[in-house]
Amino acid sequence: MLDDFLLRALLAGLMVALAAGPLGCFVVWRRMAYFGDATAHAALLGVALALGFALNLYLGIVIVALAMAMTVAALAGRGWAMDTTLGVLAHSALACGLVAVSYLPGVRVDLTSYLFGDILAVSRADLGIIALGAGAVLALLIWRWRALLTATLSEDLAHAAGIDPARERLVLTVALAIVVAVSLKIVGALLIAAMLIIPAAAARNLARGPEAMALGAIGCGALAVWGGLQLSLAQDTPSGPSIVMVAAGLFLVTTLGRAVLQKRSTR
Amino acid sequence: MSLIAAEHLAVRLGGREVLHHVDLSIDAGEIVTIVGPNGSGKSTLLRALLGVVQPSKGRITRKPGLRIGYVPQKLHIDPTMPMPVARFLSLPERQSAQDMAQALERVGLPDVLHQDMTTLSGGQFQRVLLARALLSRPDILILDEATAGLDQPGTAAFYRLIEDVRRDLGCAVLSVSHDLHVVMSASDRVICLNGHICCSGAPHVVRNAPEYRALFGHGTGGAFALYQHEHDHDHDHDHEGHAHAG
Repeated sequence: MLDDFLLRALLAGLMVALAAGPLGCFVVWRRMAYFGDATAHAALLGVALALGFALNLYLGIVIVALAMAMTVAALAGRGWAMDTTLGVLAHSALACGLVAVSYLPGVRVDLTSYLFGDILAVSRADLGIIALGAGAVLALLIWRWRALLTATLSEDLAHAAGIDPARERLVLTVALAIVVAVSLKIVGALLIAAMLIIPAAAARNLARGPEAMALGAIGCGALAVWGGLQLSLAQDTPSGPSIVMVAAGLFLVTTLGRAVLQKRSTR
Repeated sequence: MSLIAAEHLAVRLGGREVLHHVDLSIDAGEIVTIVGPNGSGKSTLLRALLGVVQPSKGRITRKPGLRIGYVPQKLHIDPTMPMPVARFLSLPERQSAQDMAQALERVGLPDVLHQDMTTLSGGQFQRVLLARALLSRPDILILDEATAGLDQPGTAAFYRLIEDVRRDLGCAVLSVSHDLHVVMSASDRVICLNGHICCSGAPHVVRNAPEYRALFGHGTGGAFALYQHEHDHDHDHDHEGHAHAG
C-alpha cells in the first residue's frame, strides 16, 4: 500500500503538519519566529555533518539543530539583543551549511532538495522516522500542554504553581529540533519556519481558545500539504514552496474572513 | 510551622545586592504587607519567595505541599493567543464550571466567563487574576502591587475583597504595596523594607516608627486616618444607626 510515492508523500506531509501545528502555536505565542528560523537554517549544517561523518541524516540534523537552539537560548539568557543575535546566528548557520555541503562530493546536485524539500522522494524508511519523530513531538506537547501554556502566559504564574519554566522551555527546544529534522525533506531548510508559523497564524484568525488554535493549525497545515502536493504534481513545482504558498493563501483567506466578520459585528 | 520563611536572605540582581539580611516568616491566616519605596526590593522579595529568583545567600523554606495563589502586578497576554476567561481560570489545573462560576461570583464578575481576557477592563482583569488564584484553594495569597492600575475607590474595593476572602477561606495574605494608607490598616503586620527590613510590627507601631518616618515622611499619617474612617463607615452597613461612628 505504501508503494505509491504520492501516498507516502501525503502521509509524510500530514504527519509533519500534525506536529508542526501545535508547536507552531507556541512559536507564535512566545514570539520565537526568528528562533525557529535560526534552528531550521542550522539543519543544512546537520546534513553536511551527517554526510561527512557517515551518520544517519536525521540524527545529524537533530544534533546540530539542538546545539543551535541551546546556543540561542543561552545567549538570550545573557541579555544579548535577541533580534541581532538571532539574525547573526540564522544566516551564519545557513552560510556555513552551504559552504560545508559544497565540500562533499555529489551533494551539490541535491542542494535544492535540502533547501526547498523533495517530498516526492520520501522513502519507506523516511516515512517511519518521520512518523516516529512527529509522534514523539505530539505526545510530548500533549503531556506537557497545561504546564507549557502556563509557562508561556507568565513564568511567575508558573513558578507559583510549582512549574519550572526552564524545563518547559527545554521541552519546546527539543520539540523544535525534532520537527526541524523531520520537516527537512518535506519543505526544506529555508521554509521549515514557515510551516510552523503560517498555519498557526491562519488558525489564530478563527480560534477562540488555545486548544482550538492548535487544532486549527493542524488543519491548515494538513490542507496546505494536500494542496501543495497537488500543485507540485500538476505544475512540476518544488514541493516545499508549493506547500508554503497554499498555507499563505489560507492565511490570507482567514485574515480577510476575520476582518469581514468583525466589520459586520460592529455595524 | 510557618507557611513560608526566609532566613538571612540575600539576593543579587545584575551584580547589585538588592536584598540582604532578610528574615521573614508568614504564619497561617496572617495578613502581612510589605511596604517600601521604589527600588527597595519589594517585588524581588516576593519573587524570591515564589522561587523565580535564586537567593545568593540564606534560604527559603516552604511548608511541604504549600499551595500558593499568586496575583501578579500585571499580566501581558500576547494578542496572538486567544484566551477566554474560562480557559484562563482552568490553568494549570482543570476546574469545574461550577467552581469557576463561584470564584467569579466571589470577586464580583459573574458574567465574563466566555469573554476573551483582552476585552476586560483593568479592574476586571485584576479580579479575574484573583479568582484564578482562589481556585487553587491557596494556603497563602501573594499579591504583587495587585492594585497598581486601579483608581482609589477600585483599590479600596479590591482590598475589602481580599479581607472578605481571608475571612471566608482563612488563607494567609502576603502583599506588596505602595498604597500605604489603604493597605496598612487591613494588615496584621507591616514590614517596612529598604534592601533590608527597617522595621516591622502592627500597623500603628510601624506608622510611628522613626525608620518608617524616615522613608515615607509624616505626610501619609493623614491619609491613613482618612482610610480608617472610610473603613468603619463601610462596616456600619451591618448594623445601622452607628453610621459615621469613626
